[in-house]
Amino acid sequence: MKTLLLLTSTMLYAQAPGDWVHWQGNVQGHRHSPLKQINKTNVTRLKPAWVFQIDKTDKFEASPIALNGILFVSEPPSDVTALESRSGKVLWRYKRVLPDNVPFCCGKVNRGVAILGDLVFVGTLDAHLVALDASTGNVVWDVAVADYKKGYSSTVAPLIVKDKVIIGSAGGEFGVGGYLAAYDAKSGKQAWRLNTLPAAGDKAAETWKGDSYKYGSATTWVTGSYDPSLNLIYWGTGNPGPDWKGDKRAGDNLYSDSILAIDGDTGKMKWYFQFTPHDVHDWDATQVPVLVDEMWNGKMRKLVLFANRNAFYYVLDRETGEYLLGKQYVRQTWAQPELDAKGRPVRLPSTTPTPNGTVVYPNSAGATNFQAPSYSPLTRLHYVMTRDEGGVFYSGDDTYKEGSWYLAGRFVSKPGEEATGAIKAIDPKTGKSKWEYPMSSPSWSGVLTTAGGLVFAATADGDMIALDDTTGKLLWRFPMGGKAFANPVSYTAADGKQHITIACGHALFAFTVE
Amino acid sequence: MRYTILSLWFAVATFAQIKAPSDEASLRNGHTLYQFHCSFCHGKGDDGMAANLVSPNLVHAPTDSSLVNIIRNGIGGTDMPPALGMTDEEMLQVAGYVRSLGRTAQTSIPGDKAKGRALYNGKGGCAGCHMVGGSGGRMGPDLSQIGAMRSPSNLRTSIVEPNAAIVGGWTMAHLTLKSASKVSGIRLNEDNFYISLRDGKGKIQTIAKADATKIDRDITKSSMPSYEKVFTPEEMTDLIAYLFSLRGAM
Repeated sequence: MKTLLLLTSTMLYAQAPGDWVHWQGNVQGHRHSPLKQINKTNVTRLKPAWVFQIDKTDKFEASPIALNGILFVSEPPSDVTALESRSGKVLWRYKRVLPDNVPFCCGKVNRGVAILGDLVFVGTLDAHLVALDASTGNVVWDVAVADYKKGYSSTVAPLIVKDKVIIGSAGGEFGVGGYLAAYDAKSGKQAWRLNTLPAAGDKAAETWKGDSYKYGSATTWVTGSYDPSLNLIYWGTGNPGPDWKGDKRAGDNLYSDSILAIDGDTGKMKWYFQFTPHDVHDWDATQVPVLVDEMWNGKMRKLVLFANRNAFYYVLDRETGEYLLGKQYVRQTWAQPELDAKGRPVRLPSTTPTPNGTVVYPNSAGATNFQAPSYSPLTRLHYVMTRDEGGVFYSGDDTYKEGSWYLAGRFVSKPGEEATGAIKAIDPKTGKSKWEYPMSSPSWSGVLTTAGGLVFAATADGDMIALDDTTGKLLWRFPMGGKAFANPVSYTAADGKQHITIACGHALFAFTVE
Repeated sequence: MRYTILSLWFAVATFAQIKAPSDEASLRNGHTLYQFHCSFCHGKGDDGMAANLVSPNLVHAPTDSSLVNIIRNGIGGTDMPPALGMTDEEMLQVAGYVRSLGRTAQTSIPGDKAKGRALYNGKGGCAGCHMVGGSGGRMGPDLSQIGAMRSPSNLRTSIVEPNAAIVGGWTMAHLTLKSASKVSGIRLNEDNFYISLRDGKGKIQTIAKADATKIDRDITKSSMPSYEKVFTPEEMTDLIAYLFSLRGAM
């Protein structure tokens, strides 16, 4: 079994077409499958192959890794299950025993695992990183990455970079200090740690009033991307704390709501770009950075695409961090429709939260959120599950207390309106949509594209859908009967058949063409 | 000292039912704590993304003991987290405040509820759309416990100005079908592909949205008209007295 599973880091960057070895499929963050057995012609014959039910009722946000006929999927709160990928039969289960009263913000969730060699890696709600034997599920090593009592937790799927496992943290509602940490995959020894908040005396500390940077959050709870040629990791950071009142943290609040470019060997930050300086609406920049090479003004450039929660779409040069394009892609009322020459938003007056409530679009759930986007190298379009919903933002008053809420306000959806959404096929060259597929209510599902010319996603109400990647036309659907908070994946099972899988409700569904 | 007594009380409370406090000072503290710990998800009680707490009966918390237990430990298998850094006394105060959201005190208010009942069933025709105790219509919310959930002034607003007091889940939808026929009803469900309606007779139909040429939804408009001019001021007072007396089987 072990030799069957063994996967080297070299193989990781040139995966077999039938496997899905990273959370986003590849390290470039594409969530695109090169498989085309299921295509525009036969997708109408797509049927459920199996359904695997988990034994919890917490939100099931994970998307699996598929390797050599086995799916490795995390379950809430921090468990891992290995399934045979043709039949959905359980091979082993790892059940994490969690301490009582772990602080968590938004559900006891986990978004997935990583794999390298014969080890499967999972971050846990009590902020540990655990390496499991891929053949048995036995614990090989288990390290505390941070102190959960302070509000740290790991819900993010780790990212493999060479021989290291990269793990981030949630906890942005508890005034923690965000970090990204790298561990040696074999030994579990920490290789480096990058804090996303400045230390006393750092230049960036001047972007926070007083010592507010100490509780400034900027967490790292959605998996980033990696460019092997530049040896740079790209990772988005979350909101500054407290979420909805900025008076006590006047300034830009670096490095919150930013994308960081980080050396894969040393953990040193090479550049950063902050999308939302001094955020007071909880618009974490924790979306997946999508790495593509594209002609830009007549020159081939290495780009990073970023569809942000703040309703702007960004294109940056990923070698230098240079701002190339910014475009509003979802309704917003907080900034001028045009960013300034450096990509900085021009904030409109009367848009900050107040004790009596301020109406702003989008609300804190944002224009998009943790749902993963997809990039198809065939259409060269960036597919994003978007939300359109206003909010009423209230400011309150909070004092930092270790391990407790640090919010200073709240938001509610704007009354009298119904939220909607859409899958948008965005052309990175313009930031404009080639097509949009409307959602009657906004979905938390991510998007998958395949070389079969298909776009897969789930609606808010749990209909799995397949769209034509060039027109957005609906080609197939299946009602799964639950709420979807996860991202689709495609793989080839032992019978040689392409499968599409997604978690919905409290089950993992796998589809194939008979 | 106070805490020693409280701990003792909690030990005893394992065997006896806890009673959440309802005095003004406790409710005020409970409100402050609620703002800090609960409002992020529950909003003011009925406008948040989490469960509606403005109800005389909370599904997970039939008793004050179970409510305190939920505040302390969260609800497994849901997004409801355990309390963070709250003392036992504070949890009780929050419980008291949460109870106050869903239970208006049965105070003495003006009006003759027997007359109000006659108006409800007679001149007002309210039973055409609302149920009380299992009888009545199906086009509006069940009013069997409305007096425990709403203050007299809120009840008055709902009758005089229904659009200012819209209740979720009662949106009217109006469809024009490809056949040119029209269908209206309370929207029970809608997703990308289907919409389900219940009409005035209680008949439920589910229509594929692809079969409709037009769908209108009364998002900001209640299907209930204003009854301001239907009743005299005295009658309105009597009607409110009747509604305020409706407290279910509690």
